[in-house]
Amino acid sequence: MRIGVDEDRCCGAGQCALIAPEVFDQRDEDGIVVVLDDAPPEDARAAVREAASVCPAAAIGLDESR
Amino acid sequence: MIGRRGVVVVGASAGGLSTVEALRRQGHAGPVTVVGAEKHPPYDRPPLSKQVLSGAWEPDRARLRPDSALAESGAEFVYGDPAVGLDADALTVHTASGRRLHAEAVVVATGLRPRTLPGQAELAGAHVLRSLEDALALREELGHGARVAVVGDGVLGTEIAATARGTGAEVTLVGPQSAPMTAQLGPRAAALLADLHTERGIRLRLGTGVSGLCGSGGRVTGVRLADGEVLPADTVVVAIGADPATAWLQGSGLATDDGLVCDSRCRAAEGVYAVGDVARWHHEDLGSIRLENRTNATEQAAAAAAGILGGGAAYRPVPYFWTDQFDVKVQIYGRPTADADFDVVEGEIGGGRFVAEYRRGGAVTAVLGWRMPKQARLRAAAALNNRAPVAP
Ligand SMILES: Cc1cc2nc3c(=O)[nH]c(=O)nc-3n(C[C@H](O)[C@H](O)[C@H](O)COP(=O)(O)OP(=O)(O)OC[C@H]3O[C@@H](n4cnc5c(N)ncnc54)[C@H](O)[C@@H]3O)c2cc1C
Repeated sequence: MRIGVDEDRCCGAGQCALIAPEVFDQRDEDGIVVVLDDAPPEDARAAVREAASVCPAAAIGLDESR
Repeated sequence: MIGRRGVVVVGASAGGLSTVEALRRQGHAGPVTVVGAEKHPPYDRPPLSKQVLSGAWEPDRARLRPDSALAESGAEFVYGDPAVGLDADALTVHTASGRRLHAEAVVVATGLRPRTLPGQAELAGAHVLRSLEDALALREELGHGARVAVVGDGVLGTEIAATARGTGAEVTLVGPQSAPMTAQLGPRAAALLADLHTERGIRLRLGTGVSGLCGSGGRVTGVRLADGEVLPADTVVVAIGADPATAWLQGSGLATDDGLVCDSRCRAAEGVYAVGDVARWHHEDLGSIRLENRTNATEQAAAAAAGILGGGAAYRPVPYFWTDQFDVKVQIYGRPTADADFDVVEGEIGGGRFVAEYRRGGAVTAVLGWRMPKQARLRAAAALNNRAPVAP
């Protein structure tokens, strides 16, 4: 799995950082998403999928083929 | 368990799409059909008053999912075919084109219809903003020198005023409160917002109601205020609230009262659930409420999906919304009230970035972030303990 984020869409709600804190964080200065690990390990992927699905700005894209 | 007939979702937007994804995430592999009134695949509404209205985004960017992701969900999406009736006992949805969809569970996610002023429909230049078409029609009329009056000092009207001003338009914001968004922010933060709008060149004409629109030759020419004054305008945006889209449920026997009435698990009747802006449910901490915000649509969909699949618990979120106005992102967790104490707990008002807590009787009832998204989220999680404070 590879994670790509669209900073321009991100609305800073921080849902991703709440659901998968080991993979997502927010910038201190503007709350925009930061990916801590763009190729997350198997045991983090369910949370990453949930984070991508519930993102209120559809800002997280996942490539499951890699 | 849900078998062959599967789930029918009515409404193909944030709440409807989130329901599909939550059902799949929670293990439902059976059929799901989504019927939507709009001809578009699911798109997001918050950008309509921000990036789409400003012209920064073309409409396609507001789409919630690419076609590939919709196909992968395995759900059938039907567009441009509104539901016109529900038989709640037989769990059958009837659509305008004559489809009859039988289900084991029905999810109502039909959102809201904006209110209008009398005569508005007959006047060119008088707008509401709910759909993509609305946003594109309004965007056509903005830009340098356009005289725009925004009627409504709630979240949507105030945000539209800011975005319109950003295009160079001459903007007047009209509404009954003493400062914009006072009901949502309380008086202290609303006063800061009033200052921001004034500094950026918006004319605030607040503390007065609107009695109607003025027009000539089929085109709007201004707004008539309650005190008789007429504000001339080339374009008027009416943002005076919206009503739940429940007319199609007439005759279903389901209770509607400013929303489809549900229990604490978002269930309106055996097998019928409601999610998003249309849902009025019993929040165990806050009583009977209905939320009009983006994260609720998604979270409530997950709660309803769990209920459908035989699990689930009472849905009791901390209400949350954000708004972007000029370069300021305001975020609110919980429910500010006018009588609450307002204390800055991080940053400084003068520095243009801060987090504030609202307190009543010593307890934190809400947290506000002003250009401090991460800090506001962390403060809210700590202070509200992921629980909504008790209703006033
Ligand atoms: C311009 C704008 C800006 C916003 N900005 C923010 C923001 O910054 N932050 C925030 O938290 N929230 C914001 N919101 C609110 C947020 O967009 C809504 O809470 C969210 O869209 C609710 O999703 P929903 O699916 O419940 O309803 P909707 O998005 O309204 O979707 C309902 C869908 O159901 C369809 N429908 C209606 N009747 C029928 C029928 N009979 N049959 C089939 N389909 C039907 C409608 O056409 C629509 O497509 C904004 C809303 C708007 C309009």
